[in-house]
Amino acid sequence: MAEVRAEMVANVWKVVTAEGEEVSDGATLVILESMKMEIPVLAEEPGTVTKLAVAEGDVVQEGDLIAIIE
Amino acid sequence: MLESVLVANRGEIARRVIASARRLGVRSVAVYSEADAELPYVREADSAVLIGPAQPASSYLNGAAVLAAARQTGARAIHPGYGFLAENPAFAASVIAAGLTWIGPAPSAMEQMGDKINARNLMEAAGVPVSAGTRQPVADVAAALAAADDIGYPVMIKASAGGGGIGMSAAADPAQLAAGFETARSRAERFFGSPAILLERFVPRARHVEVQILGLADGQVIALGERDCSVQRRHQKVAEETPSPGVGPQLRTRMLAAAVRAGETVGYLGAGTVEFLVDARTGDFTFLEMNTRLQVEHPVTEMVTGIDLVEQQLRIAAGRDISFDPEQVLAQGHAIELRVYAEDPNRFLPSPGTITGWTEPSGEGIRVDAGYEAGNLVTPFYDPLLAKLCVWGADRDEALARARDAVTAFRITGIKTNLPFHTDLLDSEEFSDGGYDTLVVTRLRP
Repeated sequence: MAEVRAEMVANVWKVVTAEGEEVSDGATLVILESMKMEIPVLAEEPGTVTKLAVAEGDVVQEGDLIAIIE
Repeated sequence: MLESVLVANRGEIARRVIASARRLGVRSVAVYSEADAELPYVREADSAVLIGPAQPASSYLNGAAVLAAARQTGARAIHPGYGFLAENPAFAASVIAAGLTWIGPAPSAMEQMGDKINARNLMEAAGVPVSAGTRQPVADVAAALAAADDIGYPVMIKASAGGGGIGMSAAADPAQLAAGFETARSRAERFFGSPAILLERFVPRARHVEVQILGLADGQVIALGERDCSVQRRHQKVAEETPSPGVGPQLRTRMLAAAVRAGETVGYLGAGTVEFLVDARTGDFTFLEMNTRLQVEHPVTEMVTGIDLVEQQLRIAAGRDISFDPEQVLAQGHAIELRVYAEDPNRFLPSPGTITGWTEPSGEGIRVDAGYEAGNLVTPFYDPLLAKLCVWGADRDEALARARDAVTAFRITGIKTNLPFHTDLLDSEEFSDGGYDTLVVTRLRP
């Protein structure tokens, strides 16, 4: 199981994946936006997205859970 | 002179405009979002109006809220700074329609230059050199591939209504072009509300050099020297200097004349900047775009000329003469601006957070235009510019030496900043010998 967390305070611009989806290593899960920069959040191992903790328009703090991959 | 000015911006540029207004006895009005209430510029203005929540669309991009703030405070003029509404002709027109003074060029000039394709075509017709490129919007991937065959690879893909490097990329072959085209188009729609894309010939070893112009109240257009803006990351400027170490006297004369012609072509009024790309191998230059507003890096021009550009903007908007004789402008010495960003100094990723400590350098030849101070929260809603560290020296070597000391003396704690990158830049052989091009940051941070 891998928890994917936010590296910085940011707005969730796009959610690319969905709960239950199979993702490969390096797949884009969500795209954050901070200070006019888009920051893709990637899966660090292949698996199934069992939890997606954010929605488009949310504000995440550093360390907040974004997704769980199993 | 103008009785009052509302600054429709935030951070360092709002503070800088307010400072000149105060010196000239012009009453200043700040506007701010809920995220910016504690910033220095809000306190330093004669009055300040909350215009909305943090999201730019609800505050600094909300023209109706800005105009309401002007009515509420009786402000007689609007200075847009840069970014946000500064290059929005519809907003400029609404300011004028409300009976207020717009501190900038006519909306028609903004419109003509705001669209990069139109601006290129206009400049080509006026005899200003432009690079090989598309003369109308590129509709789809097939059209892009056909156009690139004519232009020749590598090509640059750009949003016609764009700015800030967003959506821009270079393509070395058809596969890269197809991918880059789709990215550019989706970003162009999202950030600029227009999917129009243009292609231009990509110059592998290029310097980005721009010319400061002023369109005077009597219609005359003058040029105030150039600025080299080749130090960029993600196509966004990180450091600028004047004069450009890559521009000799003959090239300078030709570029300044071309910039004046560009301004005259659109009947330009006030401060503007004409950007050119200089091919480092051939010494040829081509028109890139015109920014119809005050530029972020305007301080380096002020430091070598001794001219307050914001003062000239206010004078020109009031229909008055400028404060100096254009025939007598003498650029002295060398000036460098280092943009201090809230970002990590290696990958340049945003670093919002609370500033716990802030100590600015001072001394001979040092100027700091800062938007923040200790205790401020840097939020993710706006661009990462914290401050501009500007340094003047009698020559480039002295400016570089002072810049090195100033970067070391600038202490910001609580968030990451790119100050350590500036130390590496100033110490690099490529920057310090002056022979750098737009890929210098990529070489320093591969």
